[in-house]
Amino acid sequence: MSIEIKRVSKSFGKTKALNDVLLEIKENKIYGLLGRNGAGKSTLLKIINNRIYATDGYVYIDGLDSVENDKAQKDVFLMNDENTYPSNMTVSEMLKWTESFYPDADADKGLKLAEKFSLDTKKRFGSLSTGYRSIAKFIAAIASNAKYTFLDEPVLGLDAGHRELVYKIILEEYSDAPRTFVIATHIIEEVSALLENVIIVEKGKILENDSVDNLLSKGYCVSGDEYTVNEFIKDKNVISTEKVGSVKVAYILENKVTGSMQNLDVSALSLQKLFVKLTEERGE
Amino acid sequence: MKFSFTGDKPIYVQIAQQLEDAVFTGIYSEETQIPSTTELSVSLQINPATVLKGMNILVDDGIIYKKRGLGMFVCTGAVEKIRQKRQRRFYTDFISPLLSEADKLGINENEIISLIKRGDNNEH
Repeated sequence: MSIEIKRVSKSFGKTKALNDVLLEIKENKIYGLLGRNGAGKSTLLKIINNRIYATDGYVYIDGLDSVENDKAQKDVFLMNDENTYPSNMTVSEMLKWTESFYPDADADKGLKLAEKFSLDTKKRFGSLSTGYRSIAKFIAAIASNAKYTFLDEPVLGLDAGHRELVYKIILEEYSDAPRTFVIATHIIEEVSALLENVIIVEKGKILENDSVDNLLSKGYCVSGDEYTVNEFIKDKNVISTEKVGSVKVAYILENKVTGSMQNLDVSALSLQKLFVKLTEERGE
Repeated sequence: MKFSFTGDKPIYVQIAQQLEDAVFTGIYSEETQIPSTTELSVSLQINPATVLKGMNILVDDGIIYKKRGLGMFVCTGAVEKIRQKRQRRFYTDFISPLLSEADKLGINENEIISLIKRGDNNEH
């Protein structure tokens, strides 16, 4: 069982937001969806969740065509910056509303989660602050119990304490009853330990779709004097280099060779560093 | 016990090392239960698959074992096993980096030995 994205493209006028995307999202895994601003993350999530239509290609949710298909859409939930809730609806009504679209939803669970965030569920959605709107939407996403839950910037406007609570709740939910979470975020450092897999989108294409362990075991960084570094990297897959005085630093993406690394300093890359190096523009 | 993670090794390796250290220092004694994957995952905010991968290293090493339906327990003889492993690795983990740093600083063998003796005397 999985979500299959088959050759999906999406154009807005002359701009190609997604270009021939091929991707599989497996069940019961926590994914990170990473990409620079405008890379196409949000567009991809909206297409999967039938909020907009692809220009080309298909999305299958456990084998079912996703477009205008209630049977397929009951298994996916998207939380993003769109306000799909009427602003005069209270938080508890929002949770009841979610129950009417998602057969496995549990409004009571949502109410309990709201308590953890000290969110007054009698308040109207429209009267909430930016942070609490995010929290209300997050709670609805969790309470939907959807098999594939997509969280597009779930911690937008949240303070550090509430962000930690969000991450904790995701892991608790996942441990209680495994389901797929896809978290699109720019705050990579905070979520990297939560993720099992990571999808990197760049200019409307999928750059990587791999386990975090695999990706990080491939990326490393060497530094040393310019000549030695140049010699070392000439047959390597170098993603980026920089110079600090006479020291050259090179970021490499391929399995580490053992053996001769004399006079070179080798260090590991964090997911954030690897992401930045993979997606940086020349001259940046 | 306190867990902290750095960026230079995969997190699952660090989980294995820190659990091993907790067994070795007696925080979890032999034949007692260690925290579950879920407990560690939620409290450390780490993906359960990563925690499990770390625990499996210790299962393979014969440090912990799974009791069906109960959880993970520390093996009898685990402390001795860890001691032997660490003794075997003492040279590569500690002596070798010490010698290479001493070499860079121009500290010779006799000076190293007298420094070690000095440290030894201070401890007693």
